[in-house]
Amino acid sequence: MKIFLTIYCLLFLGWTGWLYQNKPLEESIRDGALIYQDFCLQCHMAKGEGVPGAFPPLAKSDYLKNELGKSIQGVKFGMRGPIVVNGLAYDGIMVAQGLDDEEIADVMNYILNNWGNDSESQITEAEVAAVNRP
Amino acid sequence: MKKLFLLINLSVFPFFAACAQQENTPPIQTPSETTYTYETVVDAIDIPWGMAFIDANTFLVTEKSGVLYYVKDGEKKAVAGLPTTYVRGQGGLLDVALDPNYKQNKRIFFTMGVHIEGDKGGNTALYSALLNDAQQLDSVKLLYKAVPNTKTAQHWGSRIVFDQENHVYFTIGDRGNREVNPQDISRDGGKVYRLNLDGSIPKDNPFVGKEKAKEAIFSYGHRNPQGMTVHPETGDIWTHEHGPRGGDEINIIQAGRNYGWPKITYGINYSGTTITDDKALPGLEQPLYYWVPSIAPSGMAFGSKVYPEWHNNLFVGSLKFEYLERLVLKNQKVVLREKVLDGIGRVRNVITGPDGFLYLGVEGKGIIKIIPKT
Repeated sequence: MKIFLTIYCLLFLGWTGWLYQNKPLEESIRDGALIYQDFCLQCHMAKGEGVPGAFPPLAKSDYLKNELGKSIQGVKFGMRGPIVVNGLAYDGIMVAQGLDDEEIADVMNYILNNWGNDSESQITEAEVAAVNRP
Repeated sequence: MKKLFLLINLSVFPFFAACAQQENTPPIQTPSETTYTYETVVDAIDIPWGMAFIDANTFLVTEKSGVLYYVKDGEKKAVAGLPTTYVRGQGGLLDVALDPNYKQNKRIFFTMGVHIEGDKGGNTALYSALLNDAQQLDSVKLLYKAVPNTKTAQHWGSRIVFDQENHVYFTIGDRGNREVNPQDISRDGGKVYRLNLDGSIPKDNPFVGKEKAKEAIFSYGHRNPQGMTVHPETGDIWTHEHGPRGGDEINIIQAGRNYGWPKITYGINYSGTTITDDKALPGLEQPLYYWVPSIAPSGMAFGSKVYPEWHNNLFVGSLKFEYLERLVLKNQKVVLREKVLDGIGRVRNVITGPDGFLYLGVEGKGIIKIIPKT
């Protein structure tokens, strides 16, 4: 009996642990909004519209949708060089902002669920942690 | 018909005036002919934040991510021995400057974001160190560290200059906490500081002996000064600072004065909402000049006689519009503004070298030297 109870408890703990290893999407988006205002807004602007030719848009951005991995990599380690976003060419430089993996997941979730962006899945801290340098 | 046009004009104009900020004069000019050219002195530096000349062909450059470069004849190598840089938002390795007696003592000063004292986040610190013959740092000494640490991205400052009496001046921005820091002399942030070269506090600093005051403070009420230079003739300390949306300022710094942020400003919030209706109040200094719209100024220098037309003009880098701005002054008023190297890139820094030439730190490029056409 005791052994069953132990197994049951372990299973239950494991299950809840799995459930709550990520914060809920709403909370992540809320935290991400604060990060966005502090770190991203000055270049990418209040509604993610960017500055044509200088800072690429994040709102309804085809690059963001098609190159999500590279986008996360860019926020984590910085990015440079020519890219095309929504038909416009950019050749700038974005330096790493010093955000930790959880903050990057949060700000990505905020961006991916705002200004007409509608993401199917949530970016998790573990996913960001697994992204390596280009 | 003319009358109708006028009527429409009159009825529509006030509407536009109400939602747009009034641009400050004089308007920026783009010269039709350029009297200069430029060359790249060293390339491939992401954010060349600060720069200090050892001689005309040798200088130090800070890269914001935390690399101090020693550059000789266009070749750069990283200097070892720097403290760990805390890179966060606008913070990182910032300015570098040589001791006024560098030739004798080999001492340098630098400012950087650091995470020390254990609590979360970081704040701006001033260090000194000796640059040895192998281009490594010895005797690294922490001279000042702003507290408390915070995780915000914004407003770390920072520039370093010296006066003739062996004082070091440096700036720290309001760290994104405008309601708390800049007007409170018992707190760090939003200040110009003054220390002796060994880090001790000068006895004649304006707030020495004042209860709870941070005695290193020289002036307060600043937002985020990223430009500071000494006038070559008067010896006055000139700064500029980033405003919010509109309201970047040029100030001449005087001991103990309050430069007003955020009680008075010519700027508004990024969102377009009002910060304050006050542009002037008794006891608060007015800027020598303010920019509306903001140019996002960084770096500040006066032109030398190498450029006869530009002698004692003021030069300021624009991060936002990607040019070097030339300002002509007459009786402490800006009478002309002109773009130099329009479209060159985000100009992070400008200094006058020992050879009198203007040197620019341009983001994503490196260091650029402006050469007059002959």
